[in-house]
Amino acid sequence: MTVSAKHRSHEQQVDAQIEARRRAMAAFAQAGSTFLADAWERLGAGRTALPVRGPEVGLVMVRGRAGGGGAPFNLGEASVTRASVRLEDRDGAVVGHAMVLGRDPDKAGLAARFDALWQVGDQRERIETEVVAPIEEALAEGDRKRTEETEATRVDFFTMVRGED
Amino acid sequence: MYVAVKGGEAAIANAHRLLDDRRRGDRSVPVLTLDQITQQLALAVDRVMAEGSLYDPELAAMAVKQARGDLIEAIFLLRAYRTTLPRFAASKPIDTGAMKIERRISATYKDLPGGQLLGPTFDYTHRLIEPDMADDRPVPEPERRSCDRHESAPRVTDILGADAMIEPDGEGTPEREPADLTRSPRTFPADRDARLQALARGDEGFLLALGYSTQRGYGRTHPFVGEIRIGEVEVEIELPELGFPVAIGRVKVTECQMISQFKGSKSEPPQFTRGYGLVFGQSERKAMSMSLVDRALRAEEFDEERVSPAQDEEFVLAHSDNVQATGFVEHLKLPHYVDFQAELELLRRMRSEQQYEDAHKEAAQ
Repeated sequence: MTVSAKHRSHEQQVDAQIEARRRAMAAFAQAGSTFLADAWERLGAGRTALPVRGPEVGLVMVRGRAGGGGAPFNLGEASVTRASVRLEDRDGAVVGHAMVLGRDPDKAGLAARFDALWQVGDQRERIETEVVAPIEEALAEGDRKRTEETEATRVDFFTMVRGED
Repeated sequence: MYVAVKGGEAAIANAHRLLDDRRRGDRSVPVLTLDQITQQLALAVDRVMAEGSLYDPELAAMAVKQARGDLIEAIFLLRAYRTTLPRFAASKPIDTGAMKIERRISATYKDLPGGQLLGPTFDYTHRLIEPDMADDRPVPEPERRSCDRHESAPRVTDILGADAMIEPDGEGTPEREPADLTRSPRTFPADRDARLQALARGDEGFLLALGYSTQRGYGRTHPFVGEIRIGEVEVEIELPELGFPVAIGRVKVTECQMISQFKGSKSEPPQFTRGYGLVFGQSERKAMSMSLVDRALRAEEFDEERVSPAQDEEFVLAHSDNVQATGFVEHLKLPHYVDFQAELELLRRMRSEQQYEDAHKEAAQ
């Protein structure tokens, strides 16, 4: 393997890892806090997570684009909660981050812990199958329900022919 | 000299206690829960979030409850709350093209890709009060229809735009931070980003009246609803400690693309022009009004004469905020005893001077 090919495959690995973490973080952010708390009991039991920052409630300015795709503008703010925690590990410490819509310190703290545990790696597979996948399924199920309900309101036009010829 | 008068402390305390009592009402009636408000008065909650300029359904429901259903008071409460919180970040611009659509209609294209989806609408209802609804009668589950095709629903302006029949969205200058009314005071002339922010948080009634005025001839634009879409979009934030954007949840928004009559130039063929509306929550009346006013305010861009209120950005932006408006109108009821005494004194003097002059005239005759 040439050097540049090696470099490229390393880059691809990093990209894939970032993509996987993004997905996991998005899932944690959209889960219920009781679900995350139960999951942490199973997966994170015995681990100490020290708060680095927060959880703290604040705002993000949500932006839109003029015309839908033009220049950005400030639409309005949304409440969020953010948290960062440090998870001790054999090889050192890993810092996990979370920001979630709404004012739920417990949820933000748990999401940050899961982000840290996901990075530690030894539980990644279990997190993926026992936490991320069920959250994504629940979201998809909710979306499917709403899509189907909306689909039933689709207008089917038909043409009326009046008179002869 | 300034003379301060104190008093009314007990009266104020008792008035607030009375307010609490009246808010609660008859104690034999069950108290309203926040869930009941977010679920069953969802559009009131949406309006409070849109004009309070803070997306948080639970908080907005609390404000509606505390304000006894006075929505402008609730909006005021939400605005006051937001000032207590730090701003962490700004989101990446939301992508309304990737919306989870709950309603999507176009008045310009019958067969547009993605179709016409009515969703939960008041349109085509008879607007007759249904006494049955007053009771807790069971409500049937909505009809469902499976939807295998993953047909995307492109924004109508992208469809029309492909043929260059309509002006494009325009490019944002990426290095420029959009104007933020919450951070820096209004300046005129305002750029479109500042106007859109002001309109998005502006009073629905005010914008509705202005939009209506453009239809009635005060700044005529002859508009069509190119598209209205309502649904959830993902909010993504770039966290500095990560270096990549993550989704933090979803918000519901309403978007309106208003298409107006043509404009061409030496270099460009005639094409439709546009007004844009984007509002938190489900509120198509507000989104439509916003898009009408946005288009009217673009008068200068299209060399249109600015002759009507809806085209006058100072007039529109200075009066669209209902918290500012209510503050200034309602402050009139606060004690103005000294101001009023001064004017009363002035009036007395004017009268006595007039009497003196009249007496002199009489004497002279």
